[in-house]
Amino acid sequence: MLKVSDLHVHYGGINALRGIDITIEENQIVTLIGANGAGKSSTLRAIMGLVEKSQGKIEYNGEDLTNLPTKDIVKKGIVMVPEGRRVFADLTVEENLILGAYTRKDSNGIRSEMKRVYEMFPRLKERSWQKAGTLSGGEQQMLAVGRALMIQPKVLMMDEPSLGLAPLLVKDIFEIISMLHSQGNTILLVEQNAKKALEIADYAYVLETGELVLEGLGSDLLKDSKVQEAYLGEAK
Amino acid sequence: MGNQGLLQHLANGISLGSLYALIAIGYTMVYGILRLINFAHGDIFMLGIYITYYGILFTSIPWWIVFILASVLTGLIGLLLEKVAYRPLRESPRITILISAIGASFFLQNFGIVVFGGRPKAFPIPNVFNKVIKLGGVSISLITFIIPLVTLLLLLGLTYFITKTKTGMAMRALSKDYETASLMGIDINRIISITFFIGSFLAAVGGIMWGIRYPQLMPLMGVMPGLKCFIAAVIGGIGNITGAVLGGFILGLGEIMLIALLPKLTGYRDAFAFILLIVILLIKPTGLMGEKITEKV
Ligand SMILES: Nc1ncnc2c1ncn2[C@@H]1O[C@H](COP(=O)(O)OP(=O)(O)O)[C@@H](O)[C@H]1O
Ligand SMILES: [Mg+2]
Repeated sequence: MLKVSDLHVHYGGINALRGIDITIEENQIVTLIGANGAGKSSTLRAIMGLVEKSQGKIEYNGEDLTNLPTKDIVKKGIVMVPEGRRVFADLTVEENLILGAYTRKDSNGIRSEMKRVYEMFPRLKERSWQKAGTLSGGEQQMLAVGRALMIQPKVLMMDEPSLGLAPLLVKDIFEIISMLHSQGNTILLVEQNAKKALEIADYAYVLETGELVLEGLGSDLLKDSKVQEAYLGEAK
Repeated sequence: MGNQGLLQHLANGISLGSLYALIAIGYTMVYGILRLINFAHGDIFMLGIYITYYGILFTSIPWWIVFILASVLTGLIGLLLEKVAYRPLRESPRITILISAIGASFFLQNFGIVVFGGRPKAFPIPNVFNKVIKLGGVSISLITFIIPLVTLLLLLGLTYFITKTKTGMAMRALSKDYETASLMGIDINRIISITFFIGSFLAAVGGIMWGIRYPQLMPLMGVMPGLKCFIAAVIGGIGNITGAVLGGFILGLGEIMLIALLPKLTGYRDAFAFILLIVILLIKPTGLMGEKITEKV
């Protein structure tokens, strides 16, 4: 469904990505794990057209997205929840959700989408008139996810949604991701929390300093000794 | 000074303040989105007045339609200015685009001198505006009432647009976080164009009313009001629309009251704006309604 081939990204002299290939099939949840600075965010940002690709190709259902501007990629239904949530702090919760549906024109659809998001995250509903900046970290993450859902994404990409959240909230977030998956969403999940990500993933890629070093079924990688050692903090 | 005099000055101050407010909004909106001081804004204001002048003198279109068309046309010129002078430099260092703004300002001024001529022209005021209203023993020209009224209506419209419409929300989102705004599928160029259109449109409406109030036209007439309205925007907290309106009124009222209460200082009229700017920035560096500038990570 979404296919990334031979993706290279440079920042000045830094080779952040050196030819990576990722495939995501419909209704799959695919995870990309790796240490800080491995190039996970760069991968997502390159897919969204936020950073320049020095080489490589992005295809979605056979269609070439490589050189499309971000807004057109969003219109295809590929949506990203950015690292650090990035809710619009000065806007209300509801306004954030409305902007999530910016490209949609069907006001009835938008309304029912918002209802669905509020059902999924009742706390957002209680705070719908509050400025997003006044929410707690966990609530902001829910808002960031809810905002991305407003467009009914075909592919939902999440950049470290559990980052900086208390353990209890991390659990919540992963439950939400599993639920979204079970509802038929296609998800590309970027995580440093490798264990939790592998537990829910159908397929996983391991990224190290700009290169994929390992890939396989999530359950297989979970048992892989190299992965256990490097990412799961389990001594041999 | 009697009560009647005071009433007269108050009316004049509010009216001048309204004009400053309308022009200041353009500075603040553009700054809010591009972090750019659009030095050409005062000259856009001047263009708006001249377009109206020619529209009234050289076409048979009714004056009020000329007013509307001229404002829209000026809005489009502002939009074009951004496309030509600022957009190609969007990725350049901020100083580059600032210099381009100064260049655009000089260009428009000299364009005015060449095309409109350097000699002052008299604004063709439609007869209705020459009416004088007697109120409590003072006579106040009709335009003095119309200016705050039109300004109020435009402010209400702008407030509705910014707070209630999707485009207005996108504008607010964009002013804080470009990248995340683009992740919503927002067409950033379109929003920037709309911002320039609105700012220039409001400057033109202000300009037309300015022409009726102070009917002498010159190609450099945008410089001083432009500077003062920029100051108004800074006083209010640049980037903040309410602040710009507040700054405009403080400046306009203050200026008129200064002349009224201390007529000896009339010659320092223009200096007043600068002194006020310095004083307010010393007390509150971010302007009256400005927030701390926090760089988003
Ligand atoms: N805007 C940037 N400019 C320069 N270097 C960058 C930029 N963004 C990321 N990098 C560098 O690229 C590498 C990959 O970063 P990133 O994709 O953010 O990794 P991750 O998300 O896995 O932590 C890092 O070495 C990082 O320092
Ligand atoms: Mg990252």
